[in-house]
Amino acid sequence: MNWDFKNAEELLQICSEQDMPVSEVMINREMQLGGVSREAIMERLDESLRVMNVAVDKAILDPVKSMGGLLGGEAAKVNALDEAKIVSGPVMHRAIMNALAVAETNASMGVIVAAPTAGSAGVLPAVLLSLYETRDLSVDTLRKGLINASAIGYIITRNGSVSGAEAGCQAEVGSAAAMAASAIVEMTGGTPEQCCNAASVALSNLLGLVCDPVRGLVEVPCQTRNAMGAACAYVSAEMALADVGINVPLDEMIQITYDVGRTLPESLRETAKGGCAVAPSLCNACSRDAALSRLKATM
Amino acid sequence: MSNSFISMFDVIGPVMVGPSSSHTSGAATIAWMARQIFTGNPEKVTFTLYGSFAETYLGHGTDRALIGGMLGYKSDDVRIRNAYEHAEEAGMQVEFIVDKETAVSHPNTVDIVMTEADHTLLIRGESVGGGRVRIKRMNNIDVDFTGEYSTIIISHLDRMGTVAFITTFMADHDINIATLKLFREEKGKKAVTVIETDDYISEELKEMYLKHKYITSVDLIEI
Repeated sequence: MNWDFKNAEELLQICSEQDMPVSEVMINREMQLGGVSREAIMERLDESLRVMNVAVDKAILDPVKSMGGLLGGEAAKVNALDEAKIVSGPVMHRAIMNALAVAETNASMGVIVAAPTAGSAGVLPAVLLSLYETRDLSVDTLRKGLINASAIGYIITRNGSVSGAEAGCQAEVGSAAAMAASAIVEMTGGTPEQCCNAASVALSNLLGLVCDPVRGLVEVPCQTRNAMGAACAYVSAEMALADVGINVPLDEMIQITYDVGRTLPESLRETAKGGCAVAPSLCNACSRDAALSRLKATM
Repeated sequence: MSNSFISMFDVIGPVMVGPSSSHTSGAATIAWMARQIFTGNPEKVTFTLYGSFAETYLGHGTDRALIGGMLGYKSDDVRIRNAYEHAEEAGMQVEFIVDKETAVSHPNTVDIVMTEADHTLLIRGESVGGGRVRIKRMNNIDVDFTGEYSTIIISHLDRMGTVAFITTFMADHDINIATLKLFREEKGKKAVTVIETDDYISEELKEMYLKHKYITSVDLIEI
């Protein structure tokens, strides 16, 4: 039995033939091609989940300024929000907070799990942990969510791009949202087809999103985009679970995203020469020299 | 396992100190590898930053990551954050040179010069994305390897039969070679053979190589 798959079509075929969820096919692929045991994989996954949890908690409980000085304390502020002002509901509230928190931990040189990148590392912990906590799921379901997400991330890495410099933020937060959307579907009992549909919808909804980091740092607008990526994952998953979608197979959507990414002008691909990176108010607030001297003063 | 295998932990990973896989994680790994290649404890280390490293190194903690790697910390080690203090405690003097003028082939390039007494070594590294790196120069010799395999770096004189000796010796010790590259300063002068292997290379093997008359140094990298 060959467990490898090159794209979503082949993944769905194996899922159907073996009557298995996406996560189980992915773990079999990992064991076969990586030559590792199920136990070893689970150990590494648990370590990843532990790092994600710490990255969330640290920023909420003990916020610090980021290296670039543009972030610090945002997750704690959301945590302190009056209940009457939690307009998006408890699950989304938790997701927003987790996403902001991981972005803060990342920007302050804390330890994170790149998923699929450091800049988009907040999306998966935001979604997986908020779903796990608010629905009282088992740790095993949480692991399956992470494995499922890795299958989608692998397909995008192989056939598209997860690099902001190459294909914009849609390749980073967009890919993370697609991975998380698919994970939600499996964690809540959806089918492999619904997983891939959720991922496809998530990508289509973020199509064209530019990478425009202020001063070239992984801070603004990366942090808030991670929260948005988590929201996109939930929206896409809920529609997919109801069999609402756009009928573009995931493989096609990955190719479309990649094509759009490569036609983005260079100024909108991580070069800090366009988009939010040249917002006059942001540029004035942190002119290069002022920022450098502030940084040096803190060292 | 082929080179093209993308593991689930390539997607969900690496576990790393933020904020950037290329500017932080990759930088730490380059310095960590440089430290493995430099046998000894460097007293002074000079980092010359080029391209994007030179532009945004402060906000990405590239400096701390480089110092951390030089202190032997891997890219997920939180001690990187306070690397300046740890370098001082270790008696390691560090210096940064920002070079925005010199053209380099990759935007994230660093030259690391390590010195201990009269022993000096220059390593040039590139951080090529996702935390992956390439070592591109050792002193005057252009090289190219990643450290993703068990790697043995053998400096020797460019004399006939030396590589044959090296590889025969490996076969005798049941070590399978994944890649082998020979880099030369000039014909008949200094050469470096870099071998990436599927199997673990022991310190014992390294000592055996050092007894060969044309071999001047042997370094191992095990990530």
